[in-house]
Amino acid sequence: MKPLQTRAAARETAPPTPLISFRRIDLSYGDRRILEDINLDIGEGEFVSVVGPSGCGKTTLLRLIAGLARPTAGDVILDGQPVAAPSRKVAVVFQDYSKALLPWRTAAGNIALALSAMGVPKAEWPDRISALLATVGLAGDGDKLPRQMSGGMQQRLQIARCLAQEPRVLLMDEPFGALDAMTRQSLQDEVLRIASTRSVTVFFVTHELEEAIYLGDRVVGLYANPGRVAQCFDVGLAKPRDQLSTREDPHFLSLRHELFSFIKQA
Amino acid sequence: MALAAASGRRAPPRGAVVPLATIALLEVAAFLFLGREDYTFAAPHDIVLALGRALADGSLPAATAQTLSCVLAGLAVGFALGVMAGVALGLTPLLDRLTMVSVELLRPVPPAALIPLMLLIAGFGFQMETTIVAFTTLWPTLVLSRAAIRAVEPGLIEVARALEMGTLRRALAIVVPSALLRLFVAFRLTAGIALTVAVVVEVVANPRGLGYGMIVAAQTLHPETALAYLVWIGLLGWGLNALLSRIEARFLDRFR
Ligand SMILES: Nc1ncnc2c1ncn2[C@@H]1O[C@H](COP(=O)(O)OP(=O)(O)O)[C@@H](O)[C@H]1O
Ligand SMILES: [Mg+2]
Repeated sequence: MKPLQTRAAARETAPPTPLISFRRIDLSYGDRRILEDINLDIGEGEFVSVVGPSGCGKTTLLRLIAGLARPTAGDVILDGQPVAAPSRKVAVVFQDYSKALLPWRTAAGNIALALSAMGVPKAEWPDRISALLATVGLAGDGDKLPRQMSGGMQQRLQIARCLAQEPRVLLMDEPFGALDAMTRQSLQDEVLRIASTRSVTVFFVTHELEEAIYLGDRVVGLYANPGRVAQCFDVGLAKPRDQLSTREDPHFLSLRHELFSFIKQA
Repeated sequence: MALAAASGRRAPPRGAVVPLATIALLEVAAFLFLGREDYTFAAPHDIVLALGRALADGSLPAATAQTLSCVLAGLAVGFALGVMAGVALGLTPLLDRLTMVSVELLRPVPPAALIPLMLLIAGFGFQMETTIVAFTTLWPTLVLSRAAIRAVEPGLIEVARALEMGTLRRALAIVVPSALLRLFVAFRLTAGIALTVAVVVEVVANPRGLGYGMIVAAQTLHPETALAYLVWIGLLGWGLNALLSRIEARFLDRFR
C-alpha cells in the first residue's frame, strides 16, 4: 500500500500531534465519489502545497478544513476537535477575489468586516487596519474600492482580511492563478514571509508545480476520480527561499522533474 | 459617471426636440382647425393657462396632495410588505415553493378589478385607494426583492460563514448592501406604478384627487383643464422618477 509509505515519510516532518488531520475521509455528491479514503496529517506551522489534476477535489479538500463542506464518512480533526462548522481560527483566501470582497466597501472597510466579526473594539480598528494594509503592501490604499484596485491588490486585500482573523490556519485556493508572473512571484514571497513571521499553518492549493515546490515544506499530490492522496513529497529546500537561487537549486529541479512525471501519469 | 453627468447637463437637450415640435404643431393645428367652442380638444396655450388657473385657485395643489398621499401611503405599505415577503422567500426556498402558486395566482389580478371589492369594504376615500395602490405595488416589489436576495453573491455568503457571522450581522453587512441597488430600482419602478394606479382608481371610482379632477373637467366640458391635469400628472410621474434616479446615481453608485 503506497499511501502508508508516504504517510510514514510525512511523519518525519510533521510534529507528533498534527494540527490538522484527515481521518479516513470519504466524500460523495449524490452517486459521485469525489474524495476517497483521504488520510493526511498536517503539522502546526507546516506549509503544505496541494497539486493534482483539475477536478480531482483540491478545493473540496480545502473546504473540508474550512468547515464549508462535510465529509460523507470520516473526520477532519482540527486542533484535537472534529471540524463541524466554520471557525475564525481558519481563514480562507478564496480563489476568486472578485467574489470574496465587498465591492461597496473600501479596502479598509473590507478588513473592518473581519475585525467586527472578531469583536475587536472599534477604537482599535484604524491602527489594526493600517498595520494589516502595510503587511500586504497596501499602505495608503485603504480608501480605494476593490474595483479601483488591480487583481494583485485585491488578492493582497483578501489576504489582509484573512490575517485580521489572526488565524492558526490559512487556506489558500489557487490564490495567484489569475495574476501575472511578476505579481505572482512577489505575492509568493509575501505569503512565505507572513507564514513564517506569524507561524501560521498554510494549506495551499495550486496547479503550478513550481509554485507548489517553491512555497511548500511538503507537496501533496492527488489522483483524480475519485480524489485520493497519491504521493507526498518532502521539499527540504533551505529557508528563506529565494526566487532565483531556490529555483536553480539542483534539489528543486529534481523535485520538479519528479512532480512533472507524477502529474503526467496522474 | 461624473463625465457623463456633466456632459449630459451641458449638451443641448436633444430629448426636448420632439415634444417641443409636437407642441408647436398642435398649436398651429388648433389655430387652423379648432372652432371657438370645442369641447374635445384645446390648444397648448389654453392648456397652459388652465394649468396656471388650477394652480392659482388651489384646486390642483389640493388634488395633488390627495393623490400623492394615497400614492405614498400605498407605496409605503406595499413596498414594505413586498420587501419583507420577497426577502423571506428569497432566503427560504421551502417557503418559496409553498407560496409559489398563491403568489402566481394573486399577482396578475388587475388593480381595477379590486375597485368594486374595495368599495364594498371601505367605501370611497383615502383607505380604499391606498389599499389598491398597496396591493398593486406589493407584487412587483415581492418579485424584484426575491430576485435581489437570490442575486447576492454566494462567495460573499461563504465569507460570512467563514467569519462565523451571525444572521443579523450577515444580513446587515452583506445581504442588505448587496441587494440595496436592486431594491431601490424596485422602489423607483413601483413608485411609477403607484401613481398610475392611484389616478386610475380616481378616474374610475374615487371622487378625489387628480384623476377625479380630470373627470370632472371633462364632464363639465373643460377639455383644457382636463388636459392640464393630464400634463400635470405626466410631470409628477417624470419628476418622481427623475428625483429617485438622481438619488440612485448620487448615493448608490458603489453598490453597483
Ligand atoms: N457542491 C458540489 N456538488 C456536486 N459536485 C461537486 C460540488 N463541488 C464540487 N463538485 C465536484 O467535485 C469534483 C472536485 O471538485 P473540486 O474540489 O472543485 O476540484 P479541484 O479544486 O481539484 O479542481 C469536481 O468534479 C466537481 O464537479
Ligand atoms: Mg479548485
